[in-house]
Amino acid sequence: MAITKEEIEHIAELSRLELTAEEKEKFAGQLDSVLEYISQLNGVDTRNVEPTAQVSGLVDVWREDKALPWDRDEVNDALRQGELEDGQIKVKRVL
Amino acid sequence: MQLNELTIKQARAKLDSGAISALELTEACLERIARADKDVHACLLVCADEARAAAQEADRRIQSGEKGSLLGIPYLCKDNIMVKGLATTAASRIIQDYVAPYDATVIKRLKRAGAVLLGKTNLDEFAHGVSTENSAYGPTRNPQNLSYVPGGSSGGSAAAVAAQMCLFAIGSDTGGSIRFPASFCGVCGLKPSYGRVSRFGLLSMTSSTDVIGPLTKTVEDGALVLEAIAGKDRHDATTAPEKTEDYALGIAELKNLNGLIIGWPKEYFIKELDSQVVARMKEAAERLRAAGAQLKEVSLPYTKYGVPVYYIITPSEISSNLARFDGIGWGLAKNEAGDLQEFYKSSRSAGFGPEAKRRIMLGTYALSAGYYDAYYKKAQAVRTLIIRDFAEAFKKVDLLLTPTAPHPAFKIGEHIDDPLTMYLEDIFMSGASLAGLPAISVPAGSVENKSGTPLPVGAQLIGPRLAEALVLKAAKVLE
Repeated sequence: MAITKEEIEHIAELSRLELTAEEKEKFAGQLDSVLEYISQLNGVDTRNVEPTAQVSGLVDVWREDKALPWDRDEVNDALRQGELEDGQIKVKRVL
Repeated sequence: MQLNELTIKQARAKLDSGAISALELTEACLERIARADKDVHACLLVCADEARAAAQEADRRIQSGEKGSLLGIPYLCKDNIMVKGLATTAASRIIQDYVAPYDATVIKRLKRAGAVLLGKTNLDEFAHGVSTENSAYGPTRNPQNLSYVPGGSSGGSAAAVAAQMCLFAIGSDTGGSIRFPASFCGVCGLKPSYGRVSRFGLLSMTSSTDVIGPLTKTVEDGALVLEAIAGKDRHDATTAPEKTEDYALGIAELKNLNGLIIGWPKEYFIKELDSQVVARMKEAAERLRAAGAQLKEVSLPYTKYGVPVYYIITPSEISSNLARFDGIGWGLAKNEAGDLQEFYKSSRSAGFGPEAKRRIMLGTYALSAGYYDAYYKKAQAVRTLIIRDFAEAFKKVDLLLTPTAPHPAFKIGEHIDDPLTMYLEDIFMSGASLAGLPAISVPAGSVENKSGTPLPVGAQLIGPRLAEALVLKAAKVLE
């Protein structure tokens, strides 16, 4: 299977990446060879096999739905990493 | 012998007897870094002032009579783990100016234990790779031979230990990222069971397989570090509630391996395997047998699907985990972009390197409408079969012995434009990662590559979930 230029552009769009023409061509070839390699999984019989999402051995780890207190200075240090306005994280217009 | 060349255990005895101070030990490591790291490039950041202050504090604690296996012991930490007040870059441009606002749980525990952080080590960007060539800040070189890669993604940590820049280093292993560089650099690398060590403060890559673990000069040192960092953490709901063990004591009291059955999984001894690697594995098997263990051939028929499963699940989780790097709140922001979508795209495209982009694309594809069932869900089902393989094997044997890597280190630049070849390097390591099992790579001697250069290779021992104590005991025999 060969990935088309349109598919690469679609995946890049979903990935929120802007690729150069050179990157598009390079990635198309590289993803093709990886996907071809991966396609050997099609030959595995997985009827009646439950998929595994995690291997922690734990089921339903609950905690109270309550915010835990955190060191104020650390919170401020975390917030300072981005652009702030009136103590709020600034984002571009959505609408 | 220089102080920086000591093992943790040797340094402990000298620190406790007052023969050396933690400050002297720290200075010896800092000097070694200053001298050797121009060539090796294992470190992305060295925090000499903070290290000296921590060493002096450790000296005060030692003088007041406090005991502790890591008190005053200098170490380096992979730069995808947060240390409060220090830059944490994950070797990526997208967060090159990011300063960690808090300590990862492992760092908090090591600080409490009195270990002395010297700095942060290089890695493949966001831990995506097997050679440390994917770092945005340039590759690390293998201290055994500077023309070769150190392995990855914890290549800086493995190289730093091999080059005697520290007494131990912390790495992370998602599909082999501790074990692989340990094999290439000739050091010990332990990947604990999934959930044995808290991931809080580790920059997420593949949340269902990421584990933090130690790279050390000896197996016993690995046990000492594991003891300090393992255990349940309320900030990581996937940490195991089971009690941790006295891992080092088990090694110290080890007399033999009588009664232990070691499995030799025939699917790991593929025909492409370097014949010298096979010879080293047979020698390793012989050492285990001489210690009283019995060897038994076992079959793990789904082994060959480990890499294809891993390279669907991993990019899928990456594409989701790296979605948070959108230029808002932290990280590289291309503010000149017109609208929000353009802002996202230009910030991410400028910030991520080629391998991160490739994995985001691959994962996005595998999770996209129309392909989800064929790729992601299929991979999750085959993952179940791989887990069952191990469960079946561990009904017959206690541990598995395999090579860590199919060959010794390759040259810098040799495979850089061939991602599939790089992905295949994970062949012997992805299984234990997908099944969440503990695994260690121990130096197993050296082999000559095609140009006649001798380079180290590692033997891997894989155990049942949370059987770190058993893995470490058998590994001790392999040293």
